[in-house]
Amino acid sequence: MAGLEDLYREIILDHYRNPRNRGELETPPAHMAEGFNPLCGDEIQVFLQVDGDRICDVSISGQGCSISQSSASMMTTAVLGRTVDEARQVIRAFKAMMSIHGDDLDGSDHDPSDETVGSQISLGDLEALRGVVKFPVRIKCATLAWNTLDQGLSEATA
Amino acid sequence: MTLPADGTETRFDTAAVKADFPLLNRQVNDHQIVYLDSAATSQKPRLVIDTLARYYEEINANVHRGAYHIAELATSATEDARARIQRFIGAPSASEVIFTKNATEAINLVAYSWGRANLNEGDAILITALEHHANIVPWQQLAAERGVEIRWLPLTDDGRLDLTDLDQMLDGVSLFAFSAASNVLGTLTPVRQLADAAHAAGALCLVDASQAVPHLPTDVKAWDCDFMAFTGHKMCGPTGIGVLWGRAELLDAMPPFLGGGEMILNVTREGFIPNELPWKFEAGTPPIAEIIGLGAAVSYLEAIGMDAVRAHETALTGYALRALNERHGDDLVIHGPTDAADRGGVLSICYRDVHPHDLSQVLDQRGICVRAGHHCAKPLMKLLGVGATARASVYIYNDESDVDLLSDALAEAGEFFSHQPA
Repeated sequence: MAGLEDLYREIILDHYRNPRNRGELETPPAHMAEGFNPLCGDEIQVFLQVDGDRICDVSISGQGCSISQSSASMMTTAVLGRTVDEARQVIRAFKAMMSIHGDDLDGSDHDPSDETVGSQISLGDLEALRGVVKFPVRIKCATLAWNTLDQGLSEATA
Repeated sequence: MTLPADGTETRFDTAAVKADFPLLNRQVNDHQIVYLDSAATSQKPRLVIDTLARYYEEINANVHRGAYHIAELATSATEDARARIQRFIGAPSASEVIFTKNATEAINLVAYSWGRANLNEGDAILITALEHHANIVPWQQLAAERGVEIRWLPLTDDGRLDLTDLDQMLDGVSLFAFSAASNVLGTLTPVRQLADAAHAAGALCLVDASQAVPHLPTDVKAWDCDFMAFTGHKMCGPTGIGVLWGRAELLDAMPPFLGGGEMILNVTREGFIPNELPWKFEAGTPPIAEIIGLGAAVSYLEAIGMDAVRAHETALTGYALRALNERHGDDLVIHGPTDAADRGGVLSICYRDVHPHDLSQVLDQRGICVRAGHHCAKPLMKLLGVGATARASVYIYNDESDVDLLSDALAEAGEFFSHQPA
């Protein structure tokens, strides 16, 4: 079907069917943050083990569509082993890629320097999710895990 | 549309009805639109759209105020619509028909006004496991504030209300609030039987009829209910207009909900005297165009006949259940009662392991509009053991060809996902 290939890239379906870092971590020592997409009922839990300033373990549980689940899976591989600051840069870069016309749909202030940050950070496989922007309703699916991680990082490092 | 020549004929010409709805002419993603989301909101017939435009072009003025010509026209058009709606739902008096923003506000009105005047710690409310959030959350807010107990009537395996312990569950209950038709399962509930059981237990009953009034003949006297809520936009009317019907003696005894203009007889520095029904509960300038538009929607449905609407939807739902199950077999699950006679035209679908959100995305490529998600009924979804479903819902303008296109697109969606590398 024309158009759908833009959304459902092969790597997205791969992460959906074979999610990486799936499961729960023991809390404590790990921290758990929970996110909801009130539009479609998707729920996600991000488990985060921060050692010093480094994310030494991360895992995902919950349920959702192919976009939210694959985005969460790719997110774990992108931030595992990174420092908290690096992870925040990846979050900013990803959310910049997901914003239409520079507007952040979540209502938070959009920092124009995000584009610059985005160009410094390689999103790797995450680039496959770029097509989601053409389907605005699905952006919240793609960003659910990331907003939940953002919240988890703030709580874990508070 | 043309009405059937034979007055006893209960089927009508769907193609002629479809032609009354301008939006259904449009294309989506290079396909003729197939609108299967009327449980979320119905499309609007030309009559309603023209009525809204004519109001603004010819008689726009505030109601119940000006003594000039167009203000009188606007006022009488508003009250004519109220009387038409009164007759449509079998209400004894137009003063019992209260305009709200939607069904949600209508239920909140009862929860805030009647609930807070009558319920305290130790009192109980019974709701059911198939309610929409609109008939859950207002009671949870009341429960949190007043310590009122909320009881949940369970469901049978095929998605009907389980009435086995109804009398026991009603013991000590002040209000039984339930849907006449489920927005997820399609289940039609036995409203009169439930109302009788509530009254036998000394409780009042509130019927959330949002998914019933657009689809079935409605008569609040035959139901013998105490309150009934519904919304205009699911029955060919505009958004922003709903109705609370209540028995006059109950409404009379209730304190006003929102305060402001229109709802008062007199205001002094010391206080106010509330207006009579129905205006006591209609603070501020009402949605005048929407009220008149809803009146036009009622006229439109009356011209078709609600018996004919129900007969059409029962036949089409029966066709959909047969056709989809026969073709897709074990790939497809349709939640809720299996007999079209027991249900409305709401089909909550799970197809293979395709997530409903992904399914609706694929269907959209074929111009097919279905709703994916929890349908504002998360406690029910949890009971069904699913996070979401794809919901196709039919109305007067749908026919068997729409079901066939849905069926084809489901097969294509399965194909699309299975051809990708695992």
